[in-house]
Amino acid sequence: MDLLNALVAFANFVVVPATAYGAQLALGALGVTLIYGVLRFSNFAHGETMSFGAMVVVLVTTLFQSWGISLGPLPTALLALPFGILATAILLLTTDKVVYKFYRRVKAAPVMLVIVSTGVMFVMNGAVRMIIGTDDRRFADGERFLISARDFKTMTGLSEGLAIRTTQVITVVVAMITVAALFWFLNKTRTGKSMRAYSDNEDLALLSGINPERVVKITWLLVAALATIAGALYGLDKSYKPLIFQQLLLPVFAAAIVGGIGNPLGAIAGGFVIAFSEVTLTYAFKKVVTYLGPDSWAPDGLVQLLSTDYKFAVSFAILIIVLLFKPTGLFKGQSI
Amino acid sequence: MTQSRAPLYFLIMALLILAVGVFQSWNSALSILNMGLISAIMALGVNLQWGYAGLFNVGVMGFVALGGLAVVLTSMSPVSAAWSAGGVRMIISLAVGIATIVIAIMAYPRLPKGRIRGFGLAAILLVGLWAFRSLFDPAVAAIEAIDPAVTGYLGGLGLPVILAWPVGALLAAGAAWLVAKTALGLRSDYLAIATLGIAEIIIAVLKNEDWLSRGVKNVNGLPRPVPYEIDLQGAEWFVSLCAKFGFDPVSSSTIFVKLLYAGFFLAVIIIIVTAMELALKSPWGRMMRAIRDNEVAAEAMGKDVTGRHLQIFVLGAAIIGFAGAMMTTLDGQLTPTAYQPLRYTFLVWVMVIVGGSGNNWGAVLGGMLIWFLWIEVEPIGGFIVNSLTAGLEDGSPIKSGLLDRLAYMRYLTMGIILLVVLRFSPRGLLPEK
Repeated sequence: MDLLNALVAFANFVVVPATAYGAQLALGALGVTLIYGVLRFSNFAHGETMSFGAMVVVLVTTLFQSWGISLGPLPTALLALPFGILATAILLLTTDKVVYKFYRRVKAAPVMLVIVSTGVMFVMNGAVRMIIGTDDRRFADGERFLISARDFKTMTGLSEGLAIRTTQVITVVVAMITVAALFWFLNKTRTGKSMRAYSDNEDLALLSGINPERVVKITWLLVAALATIAGALYGLDKSYKPLIFQQLLLPVFAAAIVGGIGNPLGAIAGGFVIAFSEVTLTYAFKKVVTYLGPDSWAPDGLVQLLSTDYKFAVSFAILIIVLLFKPTGLFKGQSI
Repeated sequence: MTQSRAPLYFLIMALLILAVGVFQSWNSALSILNMGLISAIMALGVNLQWGYAGLFNVGVMGFVALGGLAVVLTSMSPVSAAWSAGGVRMIISLAVGIATIVIAIMAYPRLPKGRIRGFGLAAILLVGLWAFRSLFDPAVAAIEAIDPAVTGYLGGLGLPVILAWPVGALLAAGAAWLVAKTALGLRSDYLAIATLGIAEIIIAVLKNEDWLSRGVKNVNGLPRPVPYEIDLQGAEWFVSLCAKFGFDPVSSSTIFVKLLYAGFFLAVIIIIVTAMELALKSPWGRMMRAIRDNEVAAEAMGKDVTGRHLQIFVLGAAIIGFAGAMMTTLDGQLTPTAYQPLRYTFLVWVMVIVGGSGNNWGAVLGGMLIWFLWIEVEPIGGFIVNSLTAGLEDGSPIKSGLLDRLAYMRYLTMGIILLVVLRFSPRGLLPEK
């Protein structure tokens, strides 16, 4: 029986990675939820938007590295982040002007806009592949670990190590700052309030003189920032691969719907619910169980509920369960 | 008024394929024709769901893959060593798994609400999972240990491959029924996300369950409904036929095989389109369109909207599964890693929208035309780049950079085509009458 080591192993393989992944999903889901709240459609191009933002960050980071600019122990990508957000904002505003604006004017059905967004997804996907190719890229530099497994072991004298990577800490810190700024914006500023009013009741907001085009524009700007940060953090934490973002679409949507689509608080909760269930259900608990039981108890198998390849099934199952029992999501949906 | 445009468009489509035959090769022209016909059937399935009922299915890829799985399960010969090693245990374990879920679903309304229900369900599921895993895991290990380089799976039933096509339709219909049972009646976006999810899960199963279809090791050498080229080249009648017309027996054997496939696929398309057109004109078709155009009014008239949606969703998925089985038969192998959502889900959507949603001939035309462009965008782009950069020497960075990026042109082009059609001609090339 070795409770401490079991806890450390659990923290190292489940809590820490799931927290970082949850923060990334939450940021992605916030983007989906904002678009749903204001523009009232599920944006299938959101994964590619994240990919595009992350791609610009990768390119600018490489440029900075070649100039010898760095942030010391922190990854250079943080410096490149504003450029990524700017480029994505330009892309999204242009897309809105060229593509989506027309459908708002003719008051097209939401499902039409979803189909339109798949067209945008194709274009963005092609553009990203043409610009950067399909290779795997690692662009994290600076200090690799905040605490490495070996330091932790010598520090505490435990046999199990707890490694915390810099990128994981940065993910959580950046996500917290972003979310705090977003909520401050939505709740305290006049523009943010007008956005919430527009999302709650469009007609009433129009009657009180809120300019819908301005609200839409600001939404896209926020989405650009959220998507770029989410994509770049995901890329920093794992590695940047353009095709991976297509697969992130499902967990991101699941997070947004589980939390209650249209509700930012719900998106964050949904992100962590999805991330923790994915990681917990696909983690092999052999080590933890071995520490917990007496020596002779060591299990033969991996004590893994599902193989990691089925992590989609986890987000899907949670989605279905929530939809069946609480169709509006954990938090009340459809309001910013 | 627009029906008169259809023959013209199909004539243009035929000319495009003939042009490929003349300028590239007859072999690639027939390849485009065959895959175009299969794509047209997939588009017909999506058109049934979207054009007739307004259901947004983004899990096309999953149903296509189930069709592919059906080919393996039906037509490959059974691996008797694997069956005797773990076949029975496998079937029992799957039965235990299904029984657990059924018991849980049946117990749910019977248990008293509150904590007892929660713990009761958890207990049923955990015990069921434990029983399932303790039977399933050793069975998998036993099956996959049998000659893993060649088999390592249970194999199929050894039936003629043509039978796999309706089996593919059945498998896809079963999966669609499960999805529709849970997600229909919720908001349309949720159905979309649910289908997206089920498609990813189906692909994950195909990639990982080696005992079922060898996973990423692929199943090669699937039986064919047509003769092999090499046998044709040795056959007396074929060689003498070629000699009579002065053709080369080797190249004409591949063309002959492709023509046979095209004949099969054309027959399927004709049957499906006829059936769908008859259905559309029947009272059933009128009811479906009434439901699509105004669900509330149709419900007030006593129509079972969710029931009809379920029916049409399952039918559409069955058609897609049928096409998926045909495609795997044509390929001759099942490659789970080849299933990509952009290619198998969203491309089919482009076909339906461009062709004209709600019009079966439009779906057929869209399927063929978009498939043609999907294949030909690259060579056409290469031709343009080469002529634009004719002044540059070979190996100049601009030229090679442009040529490298051509492979991704198709995604960009498809997106632009979809956006342009949606914006300027949302009813497609052949609009619904």
